Amino acid sequence: MQQYSIFSLARNALSGHQNWSKAWRSPPLKERYDVIIIGAGGHGLATAYYLAKNHGITNVAVLERGWLGGGNIARNTVTIRSNYMRDESIPFYVKSVDLYEGLTRELNYNLMYSKRSMIDVVQTYPKLREIKRRMFNGDLHGSVYERINVEELRRRIPPLTGGGPDSRLPIIAGMVHPSAAVCRHDAVAWSYARAADDRGVEIHQNTEVMKLLRDAKNGQISGVETSRGNIYADKVAVVVSGHTTSITDTIDLKLPIKSFNLTAFVSEPVKPIIDVVVNCPDIGVYLSQSDKGELVIGGAPDAGQSFRRDIKQHVFEDSVCSLLELFPAFKRLKLMRQWGGTLDIAHDATPIVSQTDIQGLYVSAGWWGGFKAVPAGGYTLAHLIAKNEPHQLAAPFTLDRFKRLDFILEAGTTTAT
Amino acid sequence: MLKISCPFCGPRNEVEFAHGGPLKDRRPEDSSQLEDQAWIEYLTVPQNPLGPVEERWWHVRGCGSWFTITRDTRSHDIVDISIINDGNIDNGKES
Repeated sequence: MQQYSIFSLARNALSGHQNWSKAWRSPPLKERYDVIIIGAGGHGLATAYYLAKNHGITNVAVLERGWLGGGNIARNTVTIRSNYMRDESIPFYVKSVDLYEGLTRELNYNLMYSKRSMIDVVQTYPKLREIKRRMFNGDLHGSVYERINVEELRRRIPPLTGGGPDSRLPIIAGMVHPSAAVCRHDAVAWSYARAADDRGVEIHQNTEVMKLLRDAKNGQISGVETSRGNIYADKVAVVVSGHTTSITDTIDLKLPIKSFNLTAFVSEPVKPIIDVVVNCPDIGVYLSQSDKGELVIGGAPDAGQSFRRDIKQHVFEDSVCSLLELFPAFKRLKLMRQWGGTLDIAHDATPIVSQTDIQGLYVSAGWWGGFKAVPAGGYTLAHLIAKNEPHQLAAPFTLDRFKRLDFILEAGTTTAT
Repeated sequence: MLKISCPFCGPRNEVEFAHGGPLKDRRPEDSSQLEDQAWIEYLTVPQNPLGPVEERWWHVRGCGSWFTITRDTRSHDIVDISIINDGNIDNGKES
């Protein structure tokens, strides 16, 4: 792997940037691998990387229908945080935040990682109560959440001029989650792809999986049928985010998942005005400012299941109206782009990292807000695939919990409520 | 934005309606006799098709009636609207 550094940058600048080596290969498709990973997004590529790095399994194919990193890893709002509710969830996300912190160095790729706190703007007492409960739970597992008063809140977020005492929902407190960060989402996919490729993993783009194949005799998974022919492996992992059920439906495997469309949009670039991630759980909107200066804004998912990846006008208007209640100065901002992504939410809103009833078939799904979970999701799924037993951090996330009706009722701060 | 034809009020904007989730199978009557697997599937597994999904909608800011529409999850095309299940307490799918 060509090392990236200030020297390689200078050297390549002198030669007109013509001699950079490719970040990953495009090898011919083989007929058999040890492991097939469906989906070259954040989770799929991270899984491939940790399979190679931690478990020495390198005869791996990552299959991608479109282009590498073109799904939800390209469509999220880049927030990394660990302020979850349940004892089962928090250590997992704490691990993910930790892994993200060291990722730029580990993968020799500038992720533009920027630790900047997330601040909740709290406007109702039930929400304050809920977040304070998160604070105490987080405290048990090393995830910090602190309350600040309204004055301090407004000092830290200067454009927050709405929500005064006479408004519809006056601001009553702020809650700070200092370990929250943002980083460049594309770089996460690209860096994992480059590092996995370097260790021998094959990435095959434009290779759509049409259906899963089972051995006629023993019912185990035997491979996948793709747009480029059948490929065989004893272990197949479905890591396709919102389209999980579309894949598992091909062998009548039923999963407790619904797929929704979640939208986001960005403003025109402006000078630095907000240096934290702002989350407004009571009115259902969150935002941060990108390095380019655009405000990246997200709201709530559309009502009803959807695979459309578009934005509904009234959902967009609701988010904008909510935003302007608290940030009236943003009224004059032009909004530049909007998009949607398909997110899958499990019955109890907790992710699924699990073996299935079909031997050799693994599923990683239910990652609404899965960007923050990419490193730990890949880390634990690789462990599960290699050893056939769950990593302790993801042990609560198996499908068995549904069989015991032992749900981990998680809730988002905005998305899954 | 969807334009939903309420069976009583005619075509209205989606903002007048509340979404009631995908239609479930009718609650099994002999649940005590049921295999665990089937009962768990009834409780937790929703329909999630890449295509037409049957779902409940409530005209909450209109006439207040509940009805079922069949909407394509790829295009939002509303393929079918029915009130067959209206008034049925468990709102289950006719088997």
